[in-house]
This record gives sequence, C-alpha cells and structure tokens, in this order.
Amino acid sequence: MLEIKNLHVSIDGKEILKGLSLTVKPGETHAIMGPNGSGKSTLASTIVGNPAFEVTSGSITFEGKNLLEKDPEERANEGIFLSFQYPVEIPGVSMVNFMRTAINEQRKYRKLPPMSASDFLRFMREKKALVDMDNKLTNRSVNEGFSGGEKKKNEIFQMAMLEPKLAILDETDSGLDIDALRIVANGVNKLKTPEKSTILITHYQRLLEYIVPDYVHVLHDGKIVKSGTKELALELETKGYDWLK
Amino acid sequence: MSDAIIHEVTQSEYKYGFTTDIETEVIPPGLNEDVVRLISTKKNEPEWMLEFRLKAFRQWQKMKMPDWTHLNIPEIDYQSISYYAAPQKKSISSLDEVDPEILATFEKLGIPLEEQKILSGIAVDAVMDSVSVKTTFKETLAEKGIIFCSFSEAVQEHPDLVKKFLGTVVPACDNFFAALNSAVFSDGSFVYIPKGVRCPMELSTYFRINTQNTGQFERTLIVADDESYVSYLEGCTAPQRDENQLHAAVVEIIAMKHAEVKYSTVQNWYPGDKEGNGGVYNFVTKRGICKGESSHISWTQVETGSAITWKYPSCILMGDNSTAEFYSVAVTNHFQQADTGTKMIHLGKNTSSRIISKGISAGLSQNSYRGLVKVGANAENARNFSQCDSMLLGDKCGAHTFPYMEINNESAIVEHEATTSKISEDQIFYCNQRGISTEDAIGLIVNGYAKEVMDKLPMEFAVEAQKLLQISLEGSVG
Repeated sequence: MLEIKNLHVSIDGKEILKGLSLTVKPGETHAIMGPNGSGKSTLASTIVGNPAFEVTSGSITFEGKNLLEKDPEERANEGIFLSFQYPVEIPGVSMVNFMRTAINEQRKYRKLPPMSASDFLRFMREKKALVDMDNKLTNRSVNEGFSGGEKKKNEIFQMAMLEPKLAILDETDSGLDIDALRIVANGVNKLKTPEKSTILITHYQRLLEYIVPDYVHVLHDGKIVKSGTKELALELETKGYDWLK
Repeated sequence: MSDAIIHEVTQSEYKYGFTTDIETEVIPPGLNEDVVRLISTKKNEPEWMLEFRLKAFRQWQKMKMPDWTHLNIPEIDYQSISYYAAPQKKSISSLDEVDPEILATFEKLGIPLEEQKILSGIAVDAVMDSVSVKTTFKETLAEKGIIFCSFSEAVQEHPDLVKKFLGTVVPACDNFFAALNSAVFSDGSFVYIPKGVRCPMELSTYFRINTQNTGQFERTLIVADDESYVSYLEGCTAPQRDENQLHAAVVEIIAMKHAEVKYSTVQNWYPGDKEGNGGVYNFVTKRGICKGESSHISWTQVETGSAITWKYPSCILMGDNSTAEFYSVAVTNHFQQADTGTKMIHLGKNTSSRIISKGISAGLSQNSYRGLVKVGANAENARNFSQCDSMLLGDKCGAHTFPYMEINNESAIVEHEATTSKISEDQIFYCNQRGISTEDAIGLIVNGYAKEVMDKLPMEFAVEAQKLLQISLEGSVG
C-alpha cells in the first residue's frame, strides 16, 4: 500500500531524514518510535505533503501512485489521513461546514455526487456515536476553544468521517491523560478494518498498550535503525534508545 | 511559503467583465450648466428638479475633492466624462420591447427580470448606464400601495413625494460627490412604503455601467412611512475596461415612526486588473434617518469590487428609541483601495447603534475602516457597540482603522473593539490535509471570519456573496 524508498528530506536546508525506507501493507499497523528530533514527525509531514519539507531524493508511492507528484489535498483524497500533533483552530468555521466541505471534496475527487444535507447529518450522527464525540464539540468552530484532549478526539472523529485507507497518528497520545488516551485509542480500534493501515508515531510505549502494532520501527538520526514486533516496544521501554545508537 | 500561497489566490478573472453591444445615446463629454440643463430636458423634468440640479452644480464648482481619506486618488478630469448615456430605445411599457441584448446582459448577471422568476419573490429595477430599464412586479406592489419605480418615473408620477423628501437626508451640497450627483444624476430607484404596510418581497435594484467613458450617477430614495417595513437589495457590476470609470451615487433613506428599513448591498464593480489598470472609482454617499420614534435602519454591505471605494453608509438616530446597525465586509485585493465605514449620529433619547466591520486585505491593497460615533447633548442613554476586525493575507497589504468618537452626553455608553488577524499557513495546510484545496480553504476561512455579517444578508444574496468573497481572493494564496 505505502512504499517509501531511500527517502531524504530537508527543512530549511537541514537534512532530517537520511535514507529512510518503509513498506506498509494493507491491514497492517506500524509503530514508529524514536527519541526527540529523530525525524518521526518529519516523516508524517512528508507523507501528507506539508510544503515546509523538501524531499531531496527517494520515493514515496501509495497504491502504486507517485505521491511526491501530488498536492496535499490530492493525497488526502487518495485516502491518507493525518491526525495532527497540534491541530489548529479555525475560528468561525463550524465543524459541520468543515466536514461537509471535506467529504464533498473527497467525493468530487472520486467522481461521486455530493452528499445531501440529510444524508450527511445522518452519517455524522453515526460517526459521532462511534467515537463518543460530544454534540457540543461538533456545534462549535473547528478546534476553537477545545482542550488538548478534545482536539485529539476531534482528529479521530474526522478520521471516522473521512474513512481513510491509511491513517497516520502523529503523537496522538501526547498531552492526554489516561482516560482520554483510552477513549481515543478505543476510537482508533473501532475504525480498524482488515484493509485499513495505520502508522502510529509515538515517543512512548504507553499508546501501544491500547493500539497493538504488527511492527515496531525505531527511528534514529533520520533512518530506521531497528525493526521488530511489539516486543521491541517493551524492550525500548526498559532499555531506552541509547543502546541502538 | 505563505508568500507563495498568497501570491496565487489573487489571480482570478472578473466574471462580469463583458460589454453589451447595444445602441446607446451618449452626450459628448464635459460638464457645464448646459449639460445639466440638457440632462433635465432629456428627462422632461419639472422646473423645481432643474433648480435642484443647478443649485447643486453651482455649489459643486466651488467645492474640492475630499483629501482626508487614506486613499491615493489619481486626478480625475471631470470634463472628459460623459454625464449621460442611455440605451436608445426609450419608454418601454412591456418586457417584449426591451432590447434583447439588454435582457441577455441581465440574464448573464442572473437578474430575475422575467415574470417567470416570480418564485424568487424579488422585485427588480435594473439600471443600465443611466436609464432604468425595467421594473418588475410593479402591479403586485401597487395593490398594497407600494411605489417601486425608476427615479425618473417617480419625478413624473409622484412629484410631491420626491419633492418632499429629496435632499432631506443628503443635502444637495453635502459633499463634493453628493453635489456632483445632485447636479447630474441620471436615474435610480424610488421606493415608498405606505403606513402600516409590510413589503411582501425583497426590492432589488441592479446597476450596471456599460458604455465607455461614462459616469454612472444614480440616486436612490427610500421612504418608509409609519409602521412599515421594507428590505432592499442593491447589486452592481461593470465591464472590464482599461480606463477608470466614475461612479458617484447617493442613497437616502427615511424611516418614520416604528418603520424598519433593511438595506443590503453586494458591490462588485470592476476592481481593475492585477496590475492596477482600470476599475471603477466608487464615491458614494449613503445616509439614512431614523426620523420617527422606535424606527430602525440597518445597512449591510459586502464590498468586493471597485478600484477605489469611498463610502460611509450612515444613520442619523433622530427619533427616540430608534436603532441602527451597520454590518460590513470589505475585501480588497491587488491594487484596490477602500476607505469605508459608517457614521452613527445619536440625537434622540435611548437610541442605540451597532457597528460590525470586517476588512479583508490581500495583494497590494489598502483597506481602511473609518467610523464616527457621535452622541448629541440631548441624546440621553445612547448606546453604541463597534467591532472592527481586519484580516490580512500576505505581508504587502495594509489594514487601517480610524475610529472617531464625539460624545456630548455623559449618560452615553460607547464600546469599541478591534482585532487584526492573519490566515496562517497551518490553517490552510490543515484544510488541505482534509482534502480541501487552498482556494476553497481560503473561502472557508474568510467566510467563517465574515460570518457575523454574511448572516445578515437576505437568503437570495447570501450564497452569491459567499462565492464572491472567495472569487475576489482567488490567487491571493497558493
């Protein structure tokens, strides 16, 4: 599904990713772990096409298509979703209007007619129930005045609405207390299907107790230095990252 | 990145930039007493109307263009402009007699001129260049005693009403542009709502400048008698031309006891091209008076067009307990300049006014809010709330706020709030990641920002205005 080969990425002329390769097959959950500054978030941002990051060499394909040739919105509409580490606030834009625009853009991209207002509201109700999203949040402007936990929950709600093929969760656990973490992880697990893939980017093993990965990769200095199964995460928890350097 | 983005969203073409190939009667350029007399003669006006014009013209000759604005206005040669242009076929009695080319023009603009559009429930007076072309629904309105017709027709058919109210809110020599308009105004709309009547439909006027080298000087007079209600819409477009066109209009509103007037404008005059060539100079005087007690006037404007906008829809709150509102969204892009705002003059007791202004600047444009809140010595318990927000796209544009207050009564409570914000690249990228293109993202964010004002527009206008906001900013972010 996702194929990253020898990826080199710079920001402001400074190289962050230095030849990273990763293959994600349908249905798989991969955890990317690593110390601060190892390039975890850069990887997430590069896959979704954040223009602040410059790909200097290497390739990323998604379902056989060259992602690097596509605009961020095209990548999104191909079915890639990023749950942001720091979701931004958009004052005055209601969640309903925002989601409806996003859904209909996706449908247009896939040559489907726009969803009617009543179908949309029904669909939204369903998804809200699925991820325990409060009405009071969806009635507000996008992320405006949301707490840290509410913002993360709102990301998972948007993920439920957009039904991506590949979801990338960037430090979704950061800043969440244990209850909020459980709710968010629960939402992610409910959305999982045998065809859908997930990339979890995290600093701590904690999240992986709730969302169990098939593979764990350790990122250090812009490269994957070790890959393994979920046991690797436990090993990291006790030994730290230093032994891998 | 933000520069690259902002560079791009401002590249769209003006959609209304077509001209219509119809025969027009244009008088030669130039302005003197003979021209004023000629206009009056062509319109077969009574003597008092000619006197009104001549008085204004003589005053105008002694006046100077205002220089206190935050605008860079190139010198205007008032002698190179033609002050009267009319589509040739005159005195139209039915739609069949209207030049099909004109009808096609209005169709392109989406104006419901045909009777089949009854469903949309809007009565339209369409003004092309100087002459009012057709007023729809006149009969339906007449049953309720409502008068909605072209200004010229009102002068002929309802001279007493026109004479009684014309110039009572905006005196002929109020300011340079009002005086010019008073001297040479060509046509416009007249509305009279009788006592106790609630106008059953939105009244709408569409203005269009078509002919080259002409100015458009229209005049609108709205009188709402005791306990009446009317909602009035005004739309404006012009063809794309390299040279500048002059537009100097006057609008007067009179609201008697317990009357309510809602006036909404979507101004989309040609703004000039990306290099700042051409575009309409829009110098407009709009003023309403809440004459009777508990009367209400509200102005809602969405200003996206014109190379230069000079416009301050104002209210005089004379009647006790009267209320007034001003809701404005002004968008400037490329080389556009806008100096717009309002004046709220509190004279009666327990009067209150509300000002919500949202400025959006992009490209190399300059966008200024200028507002005055004045509370007279006898205006006990006056209230005003003003909010002036500015949004900037890019770092080459300017946003300015000039609030003035003159408070002469200690019981007044006047509040002023102002904010300045920018669309961040993070916000745009967030939308991109949800599958929304950058242009749609800007449309979404800008409309969210302007929502409080857009919500005040009548339904028929709201959708068009939302699209317009987005189109005006296309290319300003990439």
